[in-house]
Amino acid sequence: MRLKAQKLCIDRGGRRIVEGADFDLSDGQALIVAGPNGAGKSTLLRAIAGLLPIAAGALDLDGEAEDIASVLHYIGHAEGMKPALSVGENLAFWGAFLARDGKRGRSPADALGAFGLAHVLDIPAGYLSAGQKRRAALARLLVAPRPIWLLDEPTTALDVRSQGALGQVMAEHRAGGGMIMAATHSPLGLEGAGELRLGIAA
Amino acid sequence: MSGPLSSLVRREIAIARRIGGGGSMGVVFLLVLVTIVPFAIGPDLNLLRRIGPAILWIASLLAMLLGLDRLFQADWEDGSLDQLQLGATPLEAVVFVKCLAHWATTALPLVVAAPLMGLLMAQEPESMLGIGVSLLVGSPAMTFIGAVGAAATVSLRRGGLLMALLVLPLCIPALIFGVSAANAAAGGTVPFLTPLAVLAALTLASGALCPFAAAALLRRLGE
Amino acid sequence: MLRYANPSFVLRFVKPAIPICAGLTAILLAVGLYLVFFVAPADYQQGETVRIMYIHVPAAWLGMFAYMVMSSAALGTLVWRHPVADAAQKSAAPLGAMFTFVCLVTGSLWGKPMWGTYWVWDARLTSMLVLLLIYLALIALWQTIEEPQRAAKAAAVMTLVGLVNIPIIKFSVDWWNTLHQPASVFTTSGPAIYSSMLWPLLIMAVGATFLFLTLHMMSIRNEILRRRLDRLTHLAVAAGEARGTASFEPAR
Repeated sequence: MRLKAQKLCIDRGGRRIVEGADFDLSDGQALIVAGPNGAGKSTLLRAIAGLLPIAAGALDLDGEAEDIASVLHYIGHAEGMKPALSVGENLAFWGAFLARDGKRGRSPADALGAFGLAHVLDIPAGYLSAGQKRRAALARLLVAPRPIWLLDEPTTALDVRSQGALGQVMAEHRAGGGMIMAATHSPLGLEGAGELRLGIAA
Repeated sequence: MSGPLSSLVRREIAIARRIGGGGSMGVVFLLVLVTIVPFAIGPDLNLLRRIGPAILWIASLLAMLLGLDRLFQADWEDGSLDQLQLGATPLEAVVFVKCLAHWATTALPLVVAAPLMGLLMAQEPESMLGIGVSLLVGSPAMTFIGAVGAAATVSLRRGGLLMALLVLPLCIPALIFGVSAANAAAGGTVPFLTPLAVLAALTLASGALCPFAAAALLRRLGE
Repeated sequence: MLRYANPSFVLRFVKPAIPICAGLTAILLAVGLYLVFFVAPADYQQGETVRIMYIHVPAAWLGMFAYMVMSSAALGTLVWRHPVADAAQKSAAPLGAMFTFVCLVTGSLWGKPMWGTYWVWDARLTSMLVLLLIYLALIALWQTIEEPQRAAKAAAVMTLVGLVNIPIIKFSVDWWNTLHQPASVFTTSGPAIYSSMLWPLLIMAVGATFLFLTLHMMSIRNEILRRRLDRLTHLAVAAGEARGTASFEPAR
């Protein structure tokens, strides 16, 4: 699989946020999106996920522009966890909803275990702290297998141990041929990752 | 039974049940509205019998609006709406299913409760049945139309009132034919089935069209 | 006094108190119902339907009694900020609503043969209906505010506002009703109560009061346990993480 962008431009609120972004990502590769605050890192990731329209330029997957959204995971600032449902129920739902061609990933218990959260499986998500909620959201990456991961500041609110767990999960994903695109300010431990620097558009 | 849409239905109903309030609060609101009417117009049973179906329909319509502003708002706030757009399921289908689940948890209790409250309005059994059937057929139309209003106001903090302003005028046809059917059941010259058929058509048409409008609005949220 | 309002003390107290009250309830209601159906006479005007009164009147009395209990607990919440007062307040609302609802249903059943319809906007019944609405609104308030202390405070203030308002509502409804139609089955000019009717009524009323007390204590216990469960869940969520106590390292 190969995700390729040429001269990508994205507008938001009538203003051009991202201007002429180029990148090329194929199996097992990782790409770090860097840049100062307001450079449009989040905007770029949301546009790739199909949550924002692309104003100009081309984005294609193996030469096709269709259906990119259904092969990727997007982890944004909001966790998408319902406080009234248990963490396990939340993950089981996303596992079923985001499954591609009915293919399930790891079980919610297993996915939470990868982030050291196995003990909250049956507890309503409303009880979780900010860091725990973020880890539960990251566990969503594992319950529905999808090749491309778009991670927007994935280490926000994570302690050192959880950052290590995330690094391991990402390494396993890449070893299995997955791709990662992460907007971040902190080193993520992504070896051999490319870098896409965004500047403030004039 | 573990497809994306069936798990969405189960999730919506589980959330509604755990949080509680949604459906029962609507029924309480209906009861409050039905109770205050006689204080304003007097307890004359003949008058109440005549206007009962209309009062119950208006009260049900207002009670249905009550929880509707949260239809997409909670999902928008906690990021679920983003995730719901990443599935292989079209957003239109997601909206349709969310409307059905919302109808089942908030409108259906009203459909059951409103005819019983007909007792307070001196309604005859046939008339109560007519109110129930007309609400059963007409209320989905109000949910679907309301979903468009909910999608249009999802990112606004005080969206509830604006949503009511947007939605109520659009619900007038359903109100006209709903009350007409309910009145026909209580007696009169219009046959019961004529307005009911129009009401059913309104429900089917809004069910077919409104999810597209609401989904289009939701997709444009990020801009 | 506050010592006795300690949640653990309350749990220890209600453990034996619940079965005792439940037993008294069963005995009183059994005797009361026997008297109602086999001893008390049928009314010469209303016939057998008069027996509904023995449920209707105690239910009405408890619907109002529960509001008094709730108001006292609301004072406890506001003055002492005590969790047991919160629990007592929260538990009284659904019980009061239930008794008020029973009062309304029995009232309309009783009225059916008199009025020829299940409901007329009779002043007393209408006042009870407004009381039911107040109960339901308070229950909704409890359900909506998630944080228990905040919910308790809001509910307490609303309960007391309601307490002040209830006589005004009663007066207004009476005035509104006399404007329109004075007739009522329940006016004081109704049949005089003979002792053969009074005794069953009193026993039913006391039995219903014990029923309320039993259910109220059970509900308070559940509420205390629910809060404990909530606390334990928070602990369980934290327990899986790395342990450590807070420490502070001064800047050099």
